[in-house]
Amino acid sequence: MNPTDIHAPAYFHKVVDCQWACPAHTPVPEYIRMIAAGRYTEAYMINWESNVFPGILGRTCDRPCEPACRRVRTEEKPVAICRLKRVAADHKGDIEAYLPHVPTTKNGKRIALLGAGPASLAVARDLLPFGYEIDMFDRDPAGGGMMRSQIPAFRLPADVLEEEVDLIVNMGVNATYNYEIKSMKAMLEMNYDAYFVGTGAPRGRDLDLPGRQEVDEHISIGIDWLSSVAFGHTSSISGKVIVMGGGNTAMDCCRTSKRLGAESVTVVVRSGFEVMKASEWEKEDAMSEGIPIINNRPPKEFVHENGKLKGVIFECVKPVEQDGRLKYIPTGEPDVFIECDHILMAIGQENHCPWIERDIGIEFDKWDCPILDEVTLQSTHPKIFFGGDSAFGPENIIWASAHAHQAAISIHLACQGKDPKDERPPEGLNLISQKMGVHEWSYDAEHDASKRFIVPHANRSRSLDNIKVEVELGFDELLGSREAQRCLNCDVQTVFTERLCIECDACVDICPMDCITFTNNAEEEALRDYLTAPAKNLEQALYVSDDLETGRVMVKDEDVCLHCGLCAERCPTNAWDMQKSVIHIPQLGSYAE
Amino acid sequence: MTFVPKPKVRHPLLEFNEIGLTRRDYEGSVSTLCAGCGHDSVSAAITIACNEMSIPPHRFAKLSGIGCSSKTPSYFLGASHGFNSVHGRMPSVATGANLANHELYCIGVSGDGDSASIGVGQFAHIVRRKVNMLYIVDNNGTYGLTKGQFSATNDRGSTSKRGVPNLYSPIDLVSMALQVGASFVARSFSGDKTQLVPLIKAALMHKGFAFIDVISPCVMFNNHNGSTKSYQYVREHTAAMVDAQLITPHEEISVEYAPGTVKEVDMPDGSLLRLRKLSETYDPHDRIGALNHVQRAQEQGDVITGLLYVDPIASDLHEVLETTSTPLNQLVESDLCPGSEALDGVNASFR
Repeated sequence: MNPTDIHAPAYFHKVVDCQWACPAHTPVPEYIRMIAAGRYTEAYMINWESNVFPGILGRTCDRPCEPACRRVRTEEKPVAICRLKRVAADHKGDIEAYLPHVPTTKNGKRIALLGAGPASLAVARDLLPFGYEIDMFDRDPAGGGMMRSQIPAFRLPADVLEEEVDLIVNMGVNATYNYEIKSMKAMLEMNYDAYFVGTGAPRGRDLDLPGRQEVDEHISIGIDWLSSVAFGHTSSISGKVIVMGGGNTAMDCCRTSKRLGAESVTVVVRSGFEVMKASEWEKEDAMSEGIPIINNRPPKEFVHENGKLKGVIFECVKPVEQDGRLKYIPTGEPDVFIECDHILMAIGQENHCPWIERDIGIEFDKWDCPILDEVTLQSTHPKIFFGGDSAFGPENIIWASAHAHQAAISIHLACQGKDPKDERPPEGLNLISQKMGVHEWSYDAEHDASKRFIVPHANRSRSLDNIKVEVELGFDELLGSREAQRCLNCDVQTVFTERLCIECDACVDICPMDCITFTNNAEEEALRDYLTAPAKNLEQALYVSDDLETGRVMVKDEDVCLHCGLCAERCPTNAWDMQKSVIHIPQLGSYAE
Repeated sequence: MTFVPKPKVRHPLLEFNEIGLTRRDYEGSVSTLCAGCGHDSVSAAITIACNEMSIPPHRFAKLSGIGCSSKTPSYFLGASHGFNSVHGRMPSVATGANLANHELYCIGVSGDGDSASIGVGQFAHIVRRKVNMLYIVDNNGTYGLTKGQFSATNDRGSTSKRGVPNLYSPIDLVSMALQVGASFVARSFSGDKTQLVPLIKAALMHKGFAFIDVISPCVMFNNHNGSTKSYQYVREHTAAMVDAQLITPHEEISVEYAPGTVKEVDMPDGSLLRLRKLSETYDPHDRIGALNHVQRAQEQGDVITGLLYVDPIASDLHEVLETTSTPLNQLVESDLCPGSEALDGVNASFR
């Protein structure tokens, strides 16, 4: 293999699994160290810069970082990254001094944000410090988009939501609420310098089965129903409720029903339990509240008596793997009838922009999604950019933040007459040695063997009575600091300098995870087999040195390295050093003047 | 030394040996020696060998004297027996331990100071007595613990860190062991575990006195240009004579060598010791030939390594003394004082 180019930003970025997995590339280990040190405000601001909504995400994020956490590979359970984010948000001090300065003299460019959800808000935050005038339009009476309308208060309390939404709005956004956008053409006539479409995926899917029309008044679309609960139009639900669907919306629907007085709530999913789209913890929370989840039951028919809903007939199927894909085939058991008075339909949603005329230069693909450049998020109309769920279909809040950063860069470049694709700032990497002296490192290298800490919950009977009572209480400072210790500091990299190595084997002998091997070079496939411990995880890179004095090379398997620093600690010549990698992800702040 | 404890967590694919342990179970506490010390690699080699042989850790007795080398038994086989004795007197303690319980695998770790200076007399006599043990000398040619004076194994003309040459002739422990009757003599290098680990395994299985002289560079005081025991010098001047490989009864014999270069020796436990000659002229069963070869190489500044001599039908101290097969420490009062009738019988035999 060729020597690894450790100065390419992507190499060490990928070693920080959580940061690599995060769409917004939040520097997770850095803020976790801040939490461990009790510096909550700084920890919060590191998050705020990357993902814009730390308090909201600390409660509601889909957490792509957690399954990626190295700890999953070394000891099964990941660091509770999301909950730690909340610790920073819950315990932070005054952030005023850390906020970017918004100039009072504007730069003369006007930007329209369509929709007031996370994507639009994040674009506003990125652009405001550069003197842009920002006008934001939304059909709802308040900002926040789906974070407000679809996430129930027992998961995300209103004050947490409002704090982070208002922070951005108050930076100088001209917000127009209760404004239903009916025509993109009309918007274009308002002659803004750029438009950002962040209107989400507001149309919930429906099921056209026998009986559907007759029972229309007993069926609600999940996201619409949650929205009417959020804005106070619905405050109760009675009788027996069936929630159809297996995603997070389904989980929110069933738990909300339970709190609004349903006699019984049942979730029925057409697929198997493991492949449900809902996050693991959402399923657990619903089940622990006594809500049954019935799997492998696709619905067949709505049963009614003169328009009065009686229940639903479901088919019994089982998953079978065919050509590597799951298929559901009938089990042969008789169909089942489940009685109900109301159905909440939570089987997915679509981005849907009927208000965008198809003849104004924005092209759509065959799925009716706008055709976008994946990097710049620019549509085929040079002034119009998309982000969040309206860009590539339903994702989540963290993706909305990630899109927003890219779109903001594109808008900034476009407004300066530059090319949004070719003139983007590059990624960068700084490596900073953490050695402070003999056996002294500026990070807490010692491995903490604690198991993942359990987050306390509110009293069950109290939280099931009141939709406003938050279920998860979050870690307190002590639990938070203990959970923070579990982080392996994957951003403190093992950096190897060939010319200093005397090949004494000290690092090989001390490495607790058998990551290091000195061997003759070979092709990757062969090399992976004859390392001290075989490197079976092909997703994790091998770090290969240049030729050493004896003609051998050093090969390090990054897979399960604990970043404990023992190799550097036992190296007599400092050929190994622990260096913190700071990955510079381009964001509008990269242009700071 | 290192203050960060070695994490207990291990590689998820680390292999279990036949008794359900991993290599990590054969480790000791974290080394307090200087970073990069060759001795730590020797300790690691012992850990690997003992794990691969699937011997329970409590079946080992680790014995040592004084010096950097003699500290190392703390750093391997944490769950075994150990005795850190007086300077140069480890052989006496090892003899006692082996006499009391011949079922233990005795590993003595000593250094060039401990064995070639203060303990040179004890060393000679434990070899003569054929105590069944593995005796390792971590040989770095310097007194590291007292800041780098020349030791008795330092080659004449080799220089100190400051460039002062050594004026005296070295003691060669390999030649000495050959001369006074060791039945297993090897030399290796701490930086070459592919050679050292099989040697340790073969030595542990050898019945009789097994000696391995391991060149183990002192990174602090004897790893400079004028040294003949530095990582670089040893790598450049090493010539392996014979490779040893121990094949236990249940292991498959997989590697095939060119005919004529391989010799196989049956070991007492049923395993097979396979010797692969790397030099045409070298015979690992010829004690006097080996002695000559070692001395000549020494004169030319070469370090010859590998299994230099093995006597396949060696005996040990217990055989010489015709002791009972029950370990002495397991004999109970009725065995030791069988009563007046037995005494009468013994007395009668002298009449």
